Amino acid sequence: MSVRSTITSQFQQVAVEQDRALSPLSDELKLVQSGLDSLSFAIIVARLEDSLGVDPFNAAEAVDFPVTFGDFVRLYENFVK
Amino acid sequence: MLNEGQSLWDFLAAGGPPVGRLRGARHEFVLGDLAGGSCLGRDLEQLRGRSVLVAAHDQLSAALALIELDGVAQRMVLCTPDLADEHFPALIRTAGADACVVDGGTSAAATVGMKTIVTASPRLQPQAAARRSSGSTEWVLLTSGTTGAPKLVLHTLASLMSALAGAARPPQPLVWSTFYDIRRYGGLQIFLRGLHAGSLVLSEAKEPVEDFLKRVAVADVTHISGTPSHWRKALMSGAAGRIAPRYVRLSGELADQAILDSLKATFPQATVAHAFASTEAGVAFEVRDGRAGFPEEWLGARGGRVELRVTHETLQIRSPGAAQRYLGDEAEPLRQPDGFVDTGDRIELREGRCYFAGRRGGVINVGGQKVYPEEVEAVINTHPRVRMSLVKARRNAITGAIVTADVVLTGESADPGQPSVPVLTRELTELCKASLAAHKVPAMIRVVPSIEVSPAGKLVRPRA
Repeated sequence: MSVRSTITSQFQQVAVEQDRALSPLSDELKLVQSGLDSLSFAIIVARLEDSLGVDPFNAAEAVDFPVTFGDFVRLYENFVK
Repeated sequence: MLNEGQSLWDFLAAGGPPVGRLRGARHEFVLGDLAGGSCLGRDLEQLRGRSVLVAAHDQLSAALALIELDGVAQRMVLCTPDLADEHFPALIRTAGADACVVDGGTSAAATVGMKTIVTASPRLQPQAAARRSSGSTEWVLLTSGTTGAPKLVLHTLASLMSALAGAARPPQPLVWSTFYDIRRYGGLQIFLRGLHAGSLVLSEAKEPVEDFLKRVAVADVTHISGTPSHWRKALMSGAAGRIAPRYVRLSGELADQAILDSLKATFPQATVAHAFASTEAGVAFEVRDGRAGFPEEWLGARGGRVELRVTHETLQIRSPGAAQRYLGDEAEPLRQPDGFVDTGDRIELREGRCYFAGRRGGVINVGGQKVYPEEVEAVINTHPRVRMSLVKARRNAITGAIVTADVVLTGESADPGQPSVPVLTRELTELCKASLAAHKVPAMIRVVPSIEVSPAGKLVRPRA
């Protein structure tokens, strides 16, 4: 499964678990408008660390915090490489 | 009832030579044998008036030494058998110990700098002279901190036996047992109850729980105590059904409704009671109605032996069973100026009942919102296929931490035909969501074969 599809399915799964209405995922979608709250993001980041083996937010160097869903996917793609 | 200044042996022998038995895994004694015999032999007199480290590894030898040294030693320090070597120098210094009771299993670190070293043997030897008490002995217990050095807590025989004050010897002797080591407060209480009421079956370090339960069954134990973690382990062993106690006691950890119900189902003929006690505060109360928590009206009641109050959401206790103080020059006060001991155990009031809601220091912070692991575990443990659980923090860059849970399933869950692990974890998540706020619901649930339990019989919690 690609990094993008792994992330997409985690967003969808966590939204269901957290009873959140997830906006349709596109690269332009702003994360603050995705319908997810910070707890949902915390869970997504932890699950992605388990499935992809990386946590860009806990890396040694500071990261630019992603603003859009596209930024979020690219951040992980760069780390997984 | 213990008279003022009476030693443990004088108390036991007041009505003639005691007929109760003390049973270990390999040896046993009739208590009356101590009238003429000694586990310390002629060396007992060397320990008179001294500060003595009771560091025999074998629990039965240590138990005998405690009976013999009370009224003889000025102070005795009850060393737990798992005490790490690095803690001995500070322990010896703080307690002012210059004599040590050892056996073949004692660590060499316990004897460094000791002027007198006496070997305790589980075979009794003749005494030099008749037993004689020469003053009251201080009992020093070590707290079972999960990290760092243990604290030294000073008791007297009177404070240790306070919960038994006024209790008459039962007409029919009872047989007590405990999963605890008797050198910890919870076990020491059962040791004294056993001596008072009849006989006692001691556990043995590293003994498989099935073997211990077999001994308990053979000895016809009527009363038995342990932590909820001890009891979950016993239920998981499949051997709990071998024993038929009349009284089952839990203490030392939060007793949730699930473990109380499981024990009642396994021992329908028994009273299942949970007690609240701590090394510092003593035995505060016992709850016998089969429900978790305790009635709200117990708070603030006056005139009883023990007074309870909740201050800053935390249970505080004033009782003659409380310890006198911590030993050590730098030690913090054990009691508040008005005599109450702060237990650090949080209380939540719901519908006229006080429920334990975790340790004050054990909080997980999820994005600024507090989660007490025990409240989540209590929910998870109500699932019929969960035997025990441990809720932990996982570090997280977004919210600081998130909540995760490890669960151990009941024996039957391994049977084919049971739903798969993903189905089970979904059920557990739904269960938590139904009664807990979103930030308290574990984000990850792992099914694990076992969860670590400390030598004190409590869940090993990572530092939050």
